[in-house]
Amino acid sequence: MNRILEKTYFSDKVVQLVVESPLIAKSRKPGNFVILRIGEDGERFPLTISDADPVRGTITLVVQIMGVSSSKLVALEPGDSITDLVGPLGKPTHIENIGTVLAAGGGVGVAPLLPIVEAFKKAGNRVVTVIAARNKDLIILEDEIRKWSDEVIVMTDDGSYGRQGLVTAGMEEIIQREKVNECIVIGPAIMMKFASLLTKKYNIPTQASLNSIMVDGTGMCGACRVSVGGKTKFTCVDGPEFDAHQVDFDEMLMRLGGYIQEERKASEIYSQKL
Amino acid sequence: MSLNPEYLKEERSQAWRAELRAKTKNKERILIPRVKMPELAPAIRVKHQDKEVNMGLELEQALKEATRCMDCVNPTCIEGCPVSINIPKFIKYIEQGEILMAAATLKETNALPAVCGRVCPQEKQCESRCFYVEKTDKPAVAIGHLERFAADYERNSGSANIPETALPNGIKIAAVGSGPASLSFAGDMVKYGYDVTVFEALHEIGGVLKYGIPEFRLPNSVVDFELENLRKMGVKFETNYIVGRTSSFDDLREEGYEGFFIASGAGLPRFMEIPGENYNGILSSNEYLTRVNLMGASIEGKDTPVLKGKYVAVIGGGNTAMDSVRTALRLGAQRAMIIYRRSEAEMPARVEEVKHAKEEGVEFMTLCNPLEYFADEKGRVTGMRLNRMGLGEPDSSGRRRPMPIEGSEFELDVDLVVVAVGVSPNPLVPSCLPDLKITKWGTIVVDEDKMQSSISEMFAGGDIVRGGATVILAMGDGRRAAENMHHYIQNKANH
Repeated sequence: MNRILEKTYFSDKVVQLVVESPLIAKSRKPGNFVILRIGEDGERFPLTISDADPVRGTITLVVQIMGVSSSKLVALEPGDSITDLVGPLGKPTHIENIGTVLAAGGGVGVAPLLPIVEAFKKAGNRVVTVIAARNKDLIILEDEIRKWSDEVIVMTDDGSYGRQGLVTAGMEEIIQREKVNECIVIGPAIMMKFASLLTKKYNIPTQASLNSIMVDGTGMCGACRVSVGGKTKFTCVDGPEFDAHQVDFDEMLMRLGGYIQEERKASEIYSQKL
Repeated sequence: MSLNPEYLKEERSQAWRAELRAKTKNKERILIPRVKMPELAPAIRVKHQDKEVNMGLELEQALKEATRCMDCVNPTCIEGCPVSINIPKFIKYIEQGEILMAAATLKETNALPAVCGRVCPQEKQCESRCFYVEKTDKPAVAIGHLERFAADYERNSGSANIPETALPNGIKIAAVGSGPASLSFAGDMVKYGYDVTVFEALHEIGGVLKYGIPEFRLPNSVVDFELENLRKMGVKFETNYIVGRTSSFDDLREEGYEGFFIASGAGLPRFMEIPGENYNGILSSNEYLTRVNLMGASIEGKDTPVLKGKYVAVIGGGNTAMDSVRTALRLGAQRAMIIYRRSEAEMPARVEEVKHAKEEGVEFMTLCNPLEYFADEKGRVTGMRLNRMGLGEPDSSGRRRPMPIEGSEFELDVDLVVVAVGVSPNPLVPSCLPDLKITKWGTIVVDEDKMQSSISEMFAGGDIVRGGATVILAMGDGRRAAENMHHYIQNKANH
């Protein structure tokens, strides 16, 4: 169970894994995530499912090496198994034919964005996608995104690929050019914050998929709470997608740093062990 | 499997019981003082998250305590037990020195005796209905301590008796969740001969017994032993499996499952929704306890972190609040405080937990209510503002309503806050069943006698029905659901 079948390096920090998980492959929907645990000492952490093949019985996950848990996951090789894998969790993305959808993905956020782009396209929408990263090496899944998008704009912070600039520059260009009915943004919290401010300015309904800290992922712990429209919501069971214009991104950024000292210490110990 | 009066009478009239009654006069029995549970010294136990506070009775103590029980003609104690343990029978076996038979008696109706012997509020249940309490001014027979003794004795003896099960009938049953309600249900259903699989969302079986109750009150090894007994009886367990999500209920029906018991718990922690409650360092008791108990966050080498505080405030007055505040002490807090809006008399926590907490140095700030939290520039909580409360007229719970005292506001330095003000039903499973009738609070509606939901082959019990109760009430639900699901399936087969 949970055997890794394929492992692809997108860059030295970003890895795609194809994992055997027939039940989740069948039941997952765009926007769903899984909770993983690597080894008996491992912590539980969420990853959004970027693709699934119900016939082959696999799900695809993209992970960026950030700390101990992501390092442990990336250290696994094809043939190894993930100790614990549970899902699909979270509410699926609400997909309908509404006209033109602007999808924006930052960094590894492009991975969870992919199935949503696919679903919006299949529902009959015109889909324009902006993918952005710090540099060329960190642009991932471009071909797959192109397959399901009517148009793709690539942005890099340093201009090493596509156009130079932030994701918001690419988004604003589209918004000024044509009527956009809905936006979906997935990426680092700071990117979602500014993307959301932009679309708010143009009054375009926007969904953001949040990557809060979680323990169980089933509503039990409340570690993932976030303020949406002044009310506390749980990302795991009420989300992970919320009306971006209602999300308190500053609070979310603050909460993402809640264990930063513990995480740094753990990373140091882990790298010393290697 | 429930106990009827004739059966009790028949058991009581057996020769060995009659002889035992004749051996010691009631006049002598009544003179024996109630046993005191040996406890680990507070100064030692506050240093260990995993060392049990109650150490269990010695054989001599148990024999003597068992002698206090008069083997009443009308054992009212049983009426106080949600799982109807034949209490006089097991206690008399202890008096007789046949401890393994006592343990076997417990397991006739209770799948988790070593757990119940530790965490049940016996003082509110069986022991509150003991002859000594009802008819004399003496304390009840220590039924809970004796239950624990018999179960521990059996575990340590290495010769655990596996309860008899009926011949397998091949009918597949799914139990959703693996907490006390589900385990008790599964134990009974497997005895009736069903093919029972328990599905658990987490990576460990046991539900609240594993993620919630700390090891100093209920060691994981004790839970694991009881789980092993259920496995030996034929119960199957699936971890990392959310029924309704990983597979749908229809998928399971297609696989041949004919009955479902939903006991997915009251997993959703409640917050007070006051300013600053989302600052870092303010967390639910579920999160705090899960990190420590389930994930081992306080153990060297585990990846899961836990925030440690010097000045820890735990909001609430229930057992979960006590578990949290005592955990905080064990993780090194200088001040560990209970903040509760009513007085100690209204606290829902067990008297024993409050006593243990006080011995360990927990400060009780009763009649205090949080109003607001403060944080540093990084968003980590640094303090809180509270006001003092007075008690007014009784409210709907029958307890006197706490009322804020004007002008009583004050501030308190805290760097960790654990919110233990209750839980709501977990919506994860019910939300997958649009036809399932639920209350406005999200609990599943059941016929109280049968535990049957609005979908006839689905029964439910524990906190997803009650909204936040005890291990033993959940177990009682599990037993009742098993008995009634058994009748339901039999009736269906006969038509």
